[in-house]
Amino acid sequence: MIGVLSYLIFFMILALVFGIAVLGLNLQWGYTGLFNAGVAGFLAIGGYAMAILTGPSREAVFGGFELPFLVGLIGAMGAAGLGGIIIGLVTLRLRGEYLAVATFGIAVTIQLVCLNWEYLTGGTLGLIGIPNPTHELASAPLAQNAIFLAMVVALTALVYWGLQRIVNAPWGRVLKAIREDEIAAESLGKNPALIRLTSFVLGCMLMGLGGALYVAFIGFVSPFDFLPIITFQIWTMLIVGGSANNRGAILGAIVVWAVWTGSGYIISQIVPPEFQAQSGAMQAVLIGLILVLSLLFRPRGLIGEKLHVSRHAKL
Amino acid sequence: MTEPLLSIRDVHKGFGGFKAVDGISFDVPRGSIAGLIGPNGAGKTTLFNIISGLYSTDSGEVILDGVRLTGKAPHQVFGSGLARTFQIPRPFPAMTVLENLMIVPRPQAGEKFWNNWIRPGAVKAQEEELRAKAEQVLAFCNLTQVAGSEAQNLSGGQHKLLELARILMADPKIILLDEPAAGVNPTLMRDLVDRILELNAQGYTFLIIEHNMDVVMSVCDPIFVMAQGRLLYQGNAAGVRSDASVLDAYLGETI
Ligand SMILES: Nc1ncnc2c1ncn2[C@@H]1O[C@H](COP(=O)(O)OP(=O)(O)OP(=O)(O)O)[C@@H](O)[C@H]1O
Ligand SMILES: [Mg+2]
Repeated sequence: MIGVLSYLIFFMILALVFGIAVLGLNLQWGYTGLFNAGVAGFLAIGGYAMAILTGPSREAVFGGFELPFLVGLIGAMGAAGLGGIIIGLVTLRLRGEYLAVATFGIAVTIQLVCLNWEYLTGGTLGLIGIPNPTHELASAPLAQNAIFLAMVVALTALVYWGLQRIVNAPWGRVLKAIREDEIAAESLGKNPALIRLTSFVLGCMLMGLGGALYVAFIGFVSPFDFLPIITFQIWTMLIVGGSANNRGAILGAIVVWAVWTGSGYIISQIVPPEFQAQSGAMQAVLIGLILVLSLLFRPRGLIGEKLHVSRHAKL
Repeated sequence: MTEPLLSIRDVHKGFGGFKAVDGISFDVPRGSIAGLIGPNGAGKTTLFNIISGLYSTDSGEVILDGVRLTGKAPHQVFGSGLARTFQIPRPFPAMTVLENLMIVPRPQAGEKFWNNWIRPGAVKAQEEELRAKAEQVLAFCNLTQVAGSEAQNLSGGQHKLLELARILMADPKIILLDEPAAGVNPTLMRDLVDRILELNAQGYTFLIIEHNMDVVMSVCDPIFVMAQGRLLYQGNAAGVRSDASVLDAYLGETI
């Protein structure tokens, strides 16, 4: 019983941490139509920023400032936001699949930097010993995780509320207009470049927040945490849950994470040991299958987009 | 003579080797309903795209009320007081008709995302104002009954009205309409003409591309005739009817 409960807590922490990143992607893709295929890169920036800011100091590696957890979170969002500004300025003139290719390439580059710039990132070994703030508050692992979950729930709720406020509002209306017809929007006085950049950067900051929470929870960071498969998972969460719907984004994160971990467990039980090495690939295929089924049978996702944008314009 | 409101000066635009607009100059007087006519492919829409900042010019310039529009981005042109509709309507398809209108006016407090967190009261008050204004404009354009519909579900003629309604939400100095009557049924067309005349009486200046000669001849003065990227003629309705080169451009059609 305790085992199930502690597993559920562990599961929900990771699902909601991804959920925050999915909310970021939803702002970019769902509301603004920006095809960011480099989610893993922004998670990595947030994760490493957290590790550098709050981690223990060590020889021959930059950082280890041992700053408070909250500073780490804010710093991670700031770093990912700054990355978003720079990458946004160079890529947002690109549209659709061109933007996707560019951001994908940038995320791979970021991962390679994490792998090779040892002075900053610790290289392949990564950075370990990142403090988890709940360890000071409780000693039993179950209690620690319960506290962490409470914090993640609170943060998710805050992010959800903050996003709902701005997307169900005139700002969100402009995002949607640009997504639907950029030429009409600019002919009606909206500045697409500025609005696209703003949405992109805010979304990247949320991805940074997700990456930072992930790292603080796991306690270490390595370049192998941010492989392109993460981008694929986050995208699937959004499409399955419902693009342009923040509740859908969170639901999608939980559902897809359940399928991912559940299938991992089942594969470990039923697949003969000599094929276990391929279990990751099998999981990825399964996620791909869900994505395709979702696109075929429920293209709007579990909870789709609402017609009204501004909460002041309901009829 | 007073200063013209809109002044087009020797504008050129080519696509590859093809000269779509080949040295056009004309002035739209303040307070007028000017017409721009010409055969298919004459370059009329291309000229609108240049004026509104969607296309760059190869040479020449466009001046609105003493302000140079050439080189400005479309949103800046709109900000300078020039609003245009599209020949093929461009609604925001998955938005309600009401919100297609409410999005237009500027500046909106709620378009700065942080105001939705720190000044929700101001945003709400402004949204209520916008909504009231949108409802007026919808009534004016006979669109009240579809206010809550998704814009993509409107009929062709209603899309034309929506194009007009949207720009009436702003307070432009000049309104450019690209074939407002195309696809609109005769009753609705009479309404549309009445609306244009009414707005003109309120002080709005228009430049209208239109193939429907009844509409052009009854409301437009001056009328500019374009063919193959060049200005063929300018004058009033009677002059256009009797000018040989205009008749020639229309291959003897009665106009
Ligand atoms: N973006 C573009 N690229 C290439 N050619 C273009 C482009 N836009 C317009 N043209 C060409 O320029 C010419 C003028 O087109 P335009 O749309 O301005 O005609 P129009 O006078 O509005 O005609 P209509 O009455 O049929 O709407 C056409 O031959 C068209 O093919
Ligand atoms: Mg045209």
